Amino acid sequence: MTATDLRPTAAVLDQSAASKPKNMGQILRWVLLFLGGIMMIMPIAYMISTSLKWPHEVYNVNLIPEEPTIENYTYVLEDGRFYLWFMNSIIIAVITTISNLLFDSLVGYTLCKFKFPGRQIVFIAILSTLMIPTEMLVIPWYLMSQSFGWLDSYWGIMFPGLMTAFGTFLMKQFFESVPDDFLEAARIDGLNELQIWWIVAMPLVKPALAALAIFVFLGNWTAFLWPLIVTNSVEMYTIPVGLSGFGDEADVAWELIMTGAAISTIPTLIVFLIFQRFIIRGVVMAGLKG
Amino acid sequence: MAKLSLSKLTKAYNKTEVLHGIDLDVADGEFVVFVGPSGCGKSTTLRMIAGLEDITSGAITIGDRVVNNLEPKDRDIAMVFQNYAIYPHMSVRKNIAFGLRSSKLSKPEKEQRIAEVAHILDMTHLLDRKPNQLSGGQRQRVAIGRAMVRDPAVFLFDEPLSNLDAQLRTQMRLEIKKLHQRVGNTIVFVTHDQVEAMTMADRIVIMKDGHIQQVGTPADVYHKPANAFVAQFIGAPSMNMVPGTLSATGLTLDNGQRINTNLAATTQRVVHVGIRPDDLTINPNALQILSGVVTVQEPLGSETLIYVDTEIGEVIAKADGRTPPDVGTRVTLSVAANNLHVFDGETGEAVQ
Repeated sequence: MTATDLRPTAAVLDQSAASKPKNMGQILRWVLLFLGGIMMIMPIAYMISTSLKWPHEVYNVNLIPEEPTIENYTYVLEDGRFYLWFMNSIIIAVITTISNLLFDSLVGYTLCKFKFPGRQIVFIAILSTLMIPTEMLVIPWYLMSQSFGWLDSYWGIMFPGLMTAFGTFLMKQFFESVPDDFLEAARIDGLNELQIWWIVAMPLVKPALAALAIFVFLGNWTAFLWPLIVTNSVEMYTIPVGLSGFGDEADVAWELIMTGAAISTIPTLIVFLIFQRFIIRGVVMAGLKG
Repeated sequence: MAKLSLSKLTKAYNKTEVLHGIDLDVADGEFVVFVGPSGCGKSTTLRMIAGLEDITSGAITIGDRVVNNLEPKDRDIAMVFQNYAIYPHMSVRKNIAFGLRSSKLSKPEKEQRIAEVAHILDMTHLLDRKPNQLSGGQRQRVAIGRAMVRDPAVFLFDEPLSNLDAQLRTQMRLEIKKLHQRVGNTIVFVTHDQVEAMTMADRIVIMKDGHIQQVGTPADVYHKPANAFVAQFIGAPSMNMVPGTLSATGLTLDNGQRINTNLAATTQRVVHVGIRPDDLTINPNALQILSGVVTVQEPLGSETLIYVDTEIGEVIAKADGRTPPDVGTRVTLSVAANNLHVFDGETGEAVQ
């Protein structure tokens, strides 16, 4: 019986040499991801840190407050205005999201599944609005709001975002993946076109709807410019507009702004945590379809 | 159940006509299969019957009603699609029940109907599953169940087996045939697979370029093809075509071989002589018409197909499965004269 040779064979050595660059690549990837993660988390960490600081400590860059306090939270939560702005934001974000889910998908579905003269022109016209920046639109929006008497109202804040070109495009792309056979089977089974859209097509694009819901909710939750322009009274402010007004002309109360911002991230975190698997799948699918 | 009639049916997309006057009568309870190559218009015809495509001209009659202007749901038809089209977000039970949405039956009656269909299709145990928990064959059965539950006058099948693997396809073929024998509804079935057509149909409709080439029983279209296209489309492997001449003295192949048949022509005309590979064998006792060198062997077990390079083109013949001639061997091929099919060289029509 011969002794077992424990020395690595040439093949094993070759293998380890070959796996080296792979390990290096993996390490590099981890380092990049770590740095990216730090960059993402730092603003959130500073937001929370600042919200726990006293006013005199706000401009101190230390991440850990020297004298942590929850006084800012007590102040913001006891301030009736914050509660009002929070509810305004909730109402606006929820209604706008529901409206987008309904109308973007209805238009996307129509553009995708029905053949009618001018379909392509309508689609291009909708898409072309994506190229117009919001800053260019606020003046016409304002004039419209003014002439319709919508200034300083929920309707005024919401109307430009009740339907979006992006949402229509997204939904149209997703409906492309729904085979026509499903719709034709439903047609034979006696459903009318609106029922086919609602009962058959909509459940088949749930990931897209979830992704769109998150996009629209976040977009409206954080919207600043248009709500700032269209609202006059403090009672109609949304959270971003209201928070910007904390403090006075001489001094900005960053600790209160950060506290409000920290509280206002809670609904978006909840929405995101619930739907994140859909948003990832949705984005991936949109990429594949596009 | 009802008869179905297509009369001078045409379909044009813009100015391009793709169906050129289809005439067909399907008897009550008949199983008719449309077969043809891609783009021949068979699926378009089916979709026009279903009401999913507009009719350019002509008429479709189901039972005693002209249904040209009726919505699909009002035509008393049910359709099974190639991709099953069963709704992924609904259970099997809901999918089948979906076919009864517009029915006026009471809820217990609907439940009973669903249970009956599930029993016939042997899927009672699958009723609460979602489609993603089913195999391809089971999904296709759900699609058939959804169509069956409505008890329509006419069943339409649009290539329903083409997504299944070979074994499952054979099994489902049998199941659909048994189902037809059991329920007896009129069925129009579209396929591009001539084996499916031959094995399932009461009558086969063979289409090409928007025209019906021949309508007949499987035996008719196999043994008495109306033209060279039908002759070559039906049967696997395809019918051999060798060039020849028909004259007052009879039939002569281009290799000089004269064949005694009861066919003759007053003026000499070029023809194609069709011989099924099954009929072309190595048999010294029969009429020897071609000789050549074996170039390829295709063993099929009980028999072997041999490709033979002759002086008038390559032909496929059938040889013994155990002792086929080797590649490179020279063979002489025989055929019974009454198994020859003669087609006009220009039009391709069968010469009677």
